[in-house]
Amino acid sequence: MRFYDLLFLAFSTLIRYPLRTLMLLIATSIGVMAVILLTAVGEGARDYITGEFKDMGTNLLIVMPGKNETTGGGSPADLAGVAPRDLTVEDAISLRQIEAINRIAPIVVGETPAQFNGLERSVPIIGTTPSFLAVRKWEMESGNFLPGVTLDRSPPVCVIGKEVESELFGKNNAIGQWLRVGDRRCRVTGVIATEGRAIGIDVQKIVVMPVSLATALFNRPSLFRIIAEARNTWEMDQIKKDIIRIIKKRHQGKEDITVIRQDAVMKSFDNIFDVLTMALGSIASISLFVAGILIMNVMLVAVSQRQSEIGLLKAIGAKNKQINYLFVTEAIILSGSGAILGLILGHTTTQVLKLAFPTFNFLPPLWASFVSLIVALVSGVIFGLLPARRASKLDPVIALSGNK
Amino acid sequence: MIHLENLCRHFEVGNQIVRALDEVDLEINKNEYVSIMGVSGSGKSTLLNILGLLDTPTSGSYVLSGVSTSKMNDDEMAHIRSTKIGFIFQSFHLIPRLTAAENVEMPMVISGLNPKERKEKVDNALARVSLTDRSDHRPEQLSGGQRQRVAIARSIVMEPDVLLADEPTGNLDSISSKEIIKLIEELNKGGLTLILVTHDTDLGLRSDRLIELLDGKIVTDKKN
Repeated sequence: MRFYDLLFLAFSTLIRYPLRTLMLLIATSIGVMAVILLTAVGEGARDYITGEFKDMGTNLLIVMPGKNETTGGGSPADLAGVAPRDLTVEDAISLRQIEAINRIAPIVVGETPAQFNGLERSVPIIGTTPSFLAVRKWEMESGNFLPGVTLDRSPPVCVIGKEVESELFGKNNAIGQWLRVGDRRCRVTGVIATEGRAIGIDVQKIVVMPVSLATALFNRPSLFRIIAEARNTWEMDQIKKDIIRIIKKRHQGKEDITVIRQDAVMKSFDNIFDVLTMALGSIASISLFVAGILIMNVMLVAVSQRQSEIGLLKAIGAKNKQINYLFVTEAIILSGSGAILGLILGHTTTQVLKLAFPTFNFLPPLWASFVSLIVALVSGVIFGLLPARRASKLDPVIALSGNK
Repeated sequence: MIHLENLCRHFEVGNQIVRALDEVDLEINKNEYVSIMGVSGSGKSTLLNILGLLDTPTSGSYVLSGVSTSKMNDDEMAHIRSTKIGFIFQSFHLIPRLTAAENVEMPMVISGLNPKERKEKVDNALARVSLTDRSDHRPEQLSGGQRQRVAIARSIVMEPDVLLADEPTGNLDSISSKEIIKLIEELNKGGLTLILVTHDTDLGLRSDRLIELLDGKIVTDKKN
């Protein structure tokens, strides 16, 4: 039998039973559509998260106190049981000698009550320098971000989040007012426009003050971490080595800090989303197999319905193999066209969703289209084999005397 | 042409063995016109199925055109059915979704003939049964007699040696029946061996040779 004839015969059967064909097409296309949509959501989530990281810049290095490693015994410091040193503002200042660093933003975090005009609320405090604004790419709603503050100088100024402004100052203009924070006072110089979170804290609820003021307020010199912005991405490895070298020297030769690259963090998120998208895709693929089983069921019924036709084909000289091919071809055409329909539906739906939810980027990955198409075809073949085999093994005498 | 020797076909039904054909010896020559008669259950359909290689005997030998069929596998038998044997059935067995021409074309589609050759042979076969003007009609648009003529065109399109007809007029009115019988008798005169299963005595008497079966045995074999 010629390939063209095989296709023609298979098609003519599918057209003969339009409802049956339509149902099977829908089953397969829903499976494929599910794969496309779920992976699109997974990829969209990845895009959203990595986008957030990219906003902060990929050329950032984060210096944290402490190091997770086991050091050998025997050094006098270990015998004395000296704890690792804190990171201090002086450490941050010492990093200025690295030329490849553009900006340094130390961070102190704490929580303390803030008070204005009799109203009091507990606020998270971030102590830092003006570099922080640029590093985080924050926007100001009004005023300036910590004017006149450097690593060494700390005039009594502060910047507040939008919620702090509305809760404590109400309709009054906050800028220029003295806010009491803990046992200190600082003049509000600006309001942050940005919403969202920084280091896990809601930006609208925070008060940002100069780093030295914060260390004095909390009466501890230790920094939460230091953020350094590299001049160029390719210099980051060298900068990392330099930071470790300088801090190690300052900490009596003990390497007690951890330096991570922002892009490394992003990369690990990327890996997480790889797994997530794959998992979503695999879950959706199950529906493809369900569709395959449905095809098998319907085709098994079709084999008994078309007994007399199979008997006739055998009587006029069809080999078992040819009957087998005919049914497998039908299954492949069904699952293949179902898959193509599903691809069209899936991609159309993602476009519609994009219009409906413009903030979330639905990104159906290319591999999902390929994989779902292949899985659909493979399940078509696998689940078409059993009915096809049954058809080819039919006894022609019984088949011919069977139903018409 | 056809040589059966000591041919048996037994079926197991429950614990009992039904002897559908029991030690049948039969010789049919080329271009003969044979009708096989008998009451239902006499084994006439089983005999026709075995002659058409749709069924295999339990024991005994069947030699067709000098070739023993007993050691043939499914594919070889399919090949013989395709090239040497034409079938006509009581219920026509046309494929409903295909046109008359496409139904006639089916045996050649299966044997893989190229489309150009097929077209010519289909036209010839349909002309032979006087249905050229109905070639693109579907079976449901044709009368019973016309359907059987399409089936006859299909059975001769591969130019077989033997035409096996199982009650070809069983579903037809008397006028159509006459037409169909006339047609297959013409084919027989054209050189085709014709074997006709029927329980219509008039039909049986028209043939050159009448074989009557009873309980799987040939009880009558006479020239008319």
